[in-house]
Order: sequence, then C-alpha cells, then structure tokens
Amino acid sequence: MSILVFAEHDNQTLKAETLKTVAAAQAMGGDIHLLVAGSNCQGVAEEAAKVNGVAKVLVADNAAYEHQLAENVSLLVTELAADYDHIVATALTTGKNFMPRVAALLDVTQISDIIAVESADTFVRPIYAGNAIATVQSLDSKKVITVRATGFDAVATDGNAEIVALDKATDAGTSSHVSDELTVSERPDLGAASVVISGGRGMQNGDNFKLLEGIADKLGAAIGASRAAVDAGFVPNDMQVGQTGKIVAPDLYIAVGISGAIQHLAGMKDSKVIVAINKDPEAPIFQVADYGLVADLFETLPELEGKL
Amino acid sequence: MKVLVPIKRVIDYNVKVRVKSDNSNVDLANVKMAINPFCEIAVEEAVRLKEAGVATEIVAVTIGDKSSQEQLRTALALGADRAIQIETDQQLDSLNVAKLLQKVVEEEAPQLVILGKQAIDSDNNQTGQMLAALTGMPQGTFASEVKVDGDKVNVTREIDGGLQTVALNLPAIVTTDLRLNEPRYASLPNIMKAKRKPLDVKSAADFGIDLSPRTNLLKVTPPAERQAGIVVESVDELVEKLKNEAKVIS
Repeated sequence: MSILVFAEHDNQTLKAETLKTVAAAQAMGGDIHLLVAGSNCQGVAEEAAKVNGVAKVLVADNAAYEHQLAENVSLLVTELAADYDHIVATALTTGKNFMPRVAALLDVTQISDIIAVESADTFVRPIYAGNAIATVQSLDSKKVITVRATGFDAVATDGNAEIVALDKATDAGTSSHVSDELTVSERPDLGAASVVISGGRGMQNGDNFKLLEGIADKLGAAIGASRAAVDAGFVPNDMQVGQTGKIVAPDLYIAVGISGAIQHLAGMKDSKVIVAINKDPEAPIFQVADYGLVADLFETLPELEGKL
Repeated sequence: MKVLVPIKRVIDYNVKVRVKSDNSNVDLANVKMAINPFCEIAVEEAVRLKEAGVATEIVAVTIGDKSSQEQLRTALALGADRAIQIETDQQLDSLNVAKLLQKVVEEEAPQLVILGKQAIDSDNNQTGQMLAALTGMPQGTFASEVKVDGDKVNVTREIDGGLQTVALNLPAIVTTDLRLNEPRYASLPNIMKAKRKPLDVKSAADFGIDLSPRTNLLKVTPPAERQAGIVVESVDELVEKLKNEAKVIS
C-alpha cells in the first residue's frame, strides 16, 4: 500500500495543515510520499523532507504549477496516481479545487473532508453542516480523499526523507492566472492560530472590528467573523469561520457578538476552550461555551484588552 | 450564449436536521425542502448575465425524483427559460451526478455551466470540479465575481488568503460562493409564468451510464454534544479562569 499526499504551500512555506494531513494518511496505513507541486518551491521541498512519516518527497517544480491551477495540477496528480492506492490532500483552497478533478479523471468518487480514519477504506466525515456525522466506506479501487486538518494532530518535523525531482509539465492550456489579492496581515493564519477571536453581527459595523485588534495583538490571535458579519458586509469573506468558511480548532476561541447559528458552530466547535461574550443570555453560543459572559461587548472589549 | 445551471433539492437551510434512531441516515420525512442556497446563487448569476445581454438562454437541470420539479419551477420563476429533470429515485454519488450532467452538457453545448460550490446536505464540494474534468473544461470554483470577456471568462475566486482571479477559455465551469450575488425573490407573476415554461423529464436509466454506488453509507450519528460551561460575572473573573483554570493564556 502506498499513499500520495499533496503538500499545501505557497511556493515558499509548507502549510502547517499538511502535517495533520500526513497524520491522517498514517492512519490509513502505507508508505507515504509527499508531492510538492509548484514553481521555485525548493524551500518547500526541503521543509517537506523533514515531515515525519514521509518516505519520499516528489517535487514537480515547473512554471505550469506556479499558481496551482486545478486544470494543470489535476493532470499531474492523475498521472502519478497509477502508483498509489490513496491520493490524499488537505481540504483547503487548493485541495478542494483540484482533487475532485483527479477523482473524476480516475473514475472514482471523492470522500471529502474526513475527520477520522476507521480503516483503509472507511472514513468519518461531517454532513449537514456538522449536524450529523457519517461513516462512509469507499467502494472504489483507488481512494481520493480530502482531509479536514482540525480532525488530526500534526506529525513532528525531525524526519529526513529523500527528495526526488519529477520532470513533469502538465499544462492543460485552458486557464491562466490573472492576479491575486491577498489579505496582508501581521497576524497568524486563521487555520493555524492557537487563539482566534471572532466578531458577529453584534459588532454592528466593520469599524468596530478594531475593538478586537488590540485583544488579538495581546494574545497573538487571528481575527475571524461569523457568516452574518460577512453577509452584512462588515468584513471580507476570507475571515469567515463556519460551514461555508474556514473550519478552525484553536486552543482558545473567543466569540464576540455571535449568536451561535449552527452554521457558525460547525466551524469552531472543536476548539479546546470556547469563550462567548454576548448581551443576549439566550444566545445558543452559550450552550457550547466553556466560559460565557453576558455583557455589552462595547464595554467588555476595552476592559478585556486592558486586563490581558 | 447558453448557460446551464444544475441545481439540487435539499433540506431547507433553516431546518434543524435530526438523525434517525437506527442511525441509518438523517430523517427527511415531512421536512421542508428547498433549492440548495448555493444553487440559487448560481441561478441568480445566470439571470444577471442574461439581463446584461451576455447570456441568451438559461437551462436549469436537476437529478432526482418527481418532487425535485418544485425546485426546477423555482429556478424557472427566478428567470431560467426551460428545465430538465433527470428522473431517478436513487441517491447518487457525486461522480455519477457529474457523469449524467456530462451527457446534458454534450447535448446542450452550453458556453458556461454555473453550479453551487456545494450542497448543504452532503457537503461534498466536488460535483462542479468533476464535471469540469469529465468535459475537459477549465473551472473557476468558489466564485465571487464572474466577467465574460469575448471567448474567455474571468472568475474571481474566494481563496484561503483572499481573492484570486483566473481567466478561463470558454466553455467553462463556474461554482458559486456566498458573495457572488444576493438572489432575488420570485415575484408572483413570475411564479405563475414559470408554470407554463417547458420542463422536460428524462429517465436517468436512459443515459446508458453505470450508476452503481461508489460508496456505502455505514452509519450516521449525531455529533458529540459539547457540554455548556459556566457563566462568569465579570471580565476579571473571565481572565482569571482563562489563566488559572483553562490555562490558555498567561
């Protein structure tokens, strides 16, 4: 048995979630090869070689993979798939984008967003926004799987795998990259932060999110938002925590002015400690919070910032 | 140009789902059903392209039993010109859905296929990408903006760190994210008009595709309940608890 794991990266650094995806692959059992597809991504390859449990790092360094366009990367992974029983990627933007293409090209269905591995062909995944948990057996010969990283503990990084350069350049020629408009932030990534503080509709407008910044600075936290806050136009969608946004599981999650719709809970209820600050004592968020404070956030936030 | 919009009938997003006591699946008996919210955004985007003079015809398609005609009528009321129901009682895996849609794409030859990025029941997020692979089309997933420009379409995508814009050769596949648009409400006259718009019914069995299941649903359980904690009285108490009890801040 052998497993191909797709490394999520930005040509410069390996995303921390990949370490958790490798842990998921270990639970499936078999030799693990990590694929780094990018352009000028040698640094990522060297990082990947240190990931424990990885037998080999395959590097496809070519301009065709610079922006990891789904059309091009899926052709590469499908070509490599002949040698593997499992093809595994993290359920982040890149993996979610190209992996179903790989599945279709291999004539198998994909098991998306798994949170646990029962056996080599049986996986656990949330459905209905996490309101139900399904145990699914894949009947296909090859398994194409995306992993919800928060379901697994990261493997260590003191390994020393062999790096093998691949001479591949699969360019479908049907799409091209135009531009990126990335949020520039000094703060940690939502997905990787050990503390997350999120604001909801109770924040009232985008300006008031500044009230979260001082606290985030003191705690080294990432700032998130509920879908209600995104829908209301307070903040951009890349801050959204929830079923349709990012799934996070930090050590500490602070929900401010968030009522706790199922949609939001699906994205954060695996956090270790949850704090809720809301002036409505009936808000459902209090049913999942370890510590609830029924108070007006506009008074509470400055006080909290001062006392941290 | 012709736009094809595949849609799905799902549980209404306001309904709290319950797992059946025998853990075989969720209980959908007598539950309100609706068009999947992301599919509704897809229909709206197609209608806006038609209003802008870019699209000339909008065809909505769904795969399901007779009740899914309700959602096709919704799409027609929102502005689709005609609809196709591919009839089956089977719960199909995404790959089989994509294979059926591939046949529809071959027959209809649309320049653009717009789908929801995921259905809120199975949460798979894969049908659009699979259809793109099977038809050899490029894809713009998780779209927040769609601009048709000659024989290309520029799609701005929601990615982890912000936004990415890609240029795709037409024909192409687009899957919708939340912020692409805000769907309109169907007006009463349009709901009445939708009843007279053409709706073709085809049998899934007639497509000559092997639709045997690719997965086996072994069980469905409710999620682990999280125990509610305590209510603290003040910011001081909160900070104290986080420091000394939960030990998550220092």
